[in-house]
Amino acid sequence: MRGGSEPYAADRTETTLFGEDAQVKHSLRVRHLIGRLWRALFLASLIIGIVALSALIYNILDQSFGLVAVETKISPRALAQNGVSLENLSTEQLVAILEKYVSKGVLRRLKAEQPLEQREREELLGLVLERVVQPKIVQSWSLTDSLLRRRSIESEAAQRYPSAHLEFRSWLNPNFLSRPQSSAPEVAGVRTAILGSLWTIIITILVAFPLGVGAAIYLEEYAPLNPLTRLIQININNLAGVPSIIYGMLGLAIFVRALEPLTSGAFIGGLVDPTTANGRTIMSAGLTLALLVLPLLIVNAQEAIRAVPGSLREAGYALGATKWQVVWHHVLPNALPGILTGTILSISRAMGETAPLVVVGASTFIVYDPNGPFSKFTTLPVQIYQWTARPQQEFRNLAAAAILVLLALLLTLNATAIMMRNRYSRRLI
Amino acid sequence: MIRLKLETPSLTLNHPVPHDISTISEDTCALETRNLNVYYGNFRAIRDISLKLPKRRITAFIGPSGCGKSTLLRTFNRMNDLIPGVRVEGEVIFGGYNIYTPGVDAVEVRRRIGMVFQKPNPFPKSIYENIAWGARINGYRGNMDELVEQTLRQAALWEEVKDKLHQSGLSLSGGQQQRLCIARAIAIKPEIILMDEPASALDPISTLKIEELMRQLAENYTIVVVTHNMQQAARISDYTAFLMMDEDRAGYLVEFGATAQIFTNPREKATEDYITGRFG
Repeated sequence: MRGGSEPYAADRTETTLFGEDAQVKHSLRVRHLIGRLWRALFLASLIIGIVALSALIYNILDQSFGLVAVETKISPRALAQNGVSLENLSTEQLVAILEKYVSKGVLRRLKAEQPLEQREREELLGLVLERVVQPKIVQSWSLTDSLLRRRSIESEAAQRYPSAHLEFRSWLNPNFLSRPQSSAPEVAGVRTAILGSLWTIIITILVAFPLGVGAAIYLEEYAPLNPLTRLIQININNLAGVPSIIYGMLGLAIFVRALEPLTSGAFIGGLVDPTTANGRTIMSAGLTLALLVLPLLIVNAQEAIRAVPGSLREAGYALGATKWQVVWHHVLPNALPGILTGTILSISRAMGETAPLVVVGASTFIVYDPNGPFSKFTTLPVQIYQWTARPQQEFRNLAAAAILVLLALLLTLNATAIMMRNRYSRRLI
Repeated sequence: MIRLKLETPSLTLNHPVPHDISTISEDTCALETRNLNVYYGNFRAIRDISLKLPKRRITAFIGPSGCGKSTLLRTFNRMNDLIPGVRVEGEVIFGGYNIYTPGVDAVEVRRRIGMVFQKPNPFPKSIYENIAWGARINGYRGNMDELVEQTLRQAALWEEVKDKLHQSGLSLSGGQQQRLCIARAIAIKPEIILMDEPASALDPISTLKIEELMRQLAENYTIVVVTHNMQQAARISDYTAFLMMDEDRAGYLVEFGATAQIFTNPREKATEDYITGRFG
């Protein structure tokens, strides 16, 4: 009899089908070891990924915030009156400052827009800062430097820019979101780019989603199994991997040039800007991006439709449903969460595309908002690309802040779509 | 050797079951096949089957795995049309015409010949909607609430689900799900209900409930059931068809007759061997 506490097989030496006892133990140890090794490798790849992502985010944040040395034409301190700082001056005092420092011509124009006395105090303060104080950033430092070497930055700034003062600046601020593009980094913003991105993506979704889902339904449910269908299928799969710049060329040739009367809005007489926009409009950009994501969307939607269990289709048919009724009432609702997941991924990709838009003709510098699908436009990625290409450090800070905006926009869009999807799948079960 | 007990409820029902299938007349025949052959591409799955299914009776198809029972069942409501490469030769006479005549709409055939599958497959919708959908897509114009209640009562499910009609059909137990599927099938008032091993995925108690339900439904509907369980066939069916496979794997009909006769006094040696468990 074997004792209860005695280790199993401790005294066994007989040869089994798997070798002698020692061999069995050894092989077991080796198998466990191999398993642990693979596990460590998988963990390592995860860690590398996380490190890379963290480095990226750190780099962006590092550039988005930090100390700046600001030089002013007229110091706000000089504008203070009787110990009252500029920020706390009354409306009348602010008007007086404007009357005193701003040139006659500009003053006349401002008054023509709205008499100064009737304006809000906040607005007047803004005018004083913009027209009188005229702050100019002469140097900026990264967040890490600003936090760790504040003292040496202070002495450096005092030495090199005696008339400047140091302040901590968040490049990502409400003004940055609400102002249009500008050649002065202090006042440059991303409003036009955000609006351009949103307009473009809306057109992309409106075009690509119905087309993609429709094509996927046809291919999965109706298309006969023949060489032609297979050829189309292979081509769709390949198109999903075509570099985006090529779609840009396609968009330029088709939407901008060939279909100019349509994409410029001339066909409805709604020619917004006859001299400049031509076919290089939001419409062209949206359609180009729609083409770009269409193969991805189709392939994803096909996967989702294929994943609907056959038993569900059979149940529908057995009740005397037509093919269309089965597809519409059972296949599509059950495939929709999967289709939406694919759409989210595709739209995120379209949102971040730069190259095709540059080719299609996104304006790199534009200060007025897009006012419809037929206006000139710029988008966030194009704006970021343009800012990073500039030599001044300040524009790189702006680019970093714009990247944060783009990321936030993407996350918001995705979160909305995921919430929609989850709500929908809950309702289904 | 184990002999099956044959004290089945079916044999004590009020309508007497004729022992001889040759007495099935035009009036009492729900569906008839004539020289039916079914091919999957070049492979013949069913060979030359002719039989008459009696009205308002339960007919069971028994036979070893792969002998074409399910294939035969699915030719009755043209479910095989959905599988690419299937070809049917011969005739399936239903309601006076051959359902494989060009011009006959398979959708209409399936409305009139319902089907219940092996695995319960309720729609991922509410219990109410599971019943109502079939009626609605077929253009039902009566009171839907009444139809749902009446159908669920017929399927002996009403008492269990009446307080949760708007919960998902998938929230029910396996047996309840299968009864929901049967209810779904009878909601559109078919003339025949085909059942492909309806209880094989269920526990014994759920199986019993399904069998009781089938006996009840047989008073109004013609039921054809494929089963692997010979006790079940003996318990519930009025008629039994025994199918077997040839050397070329084509299924053919060995014997078709009243269940009592098939199980107590089979004409063919193969039938006796199969039901006594000597093979299969």
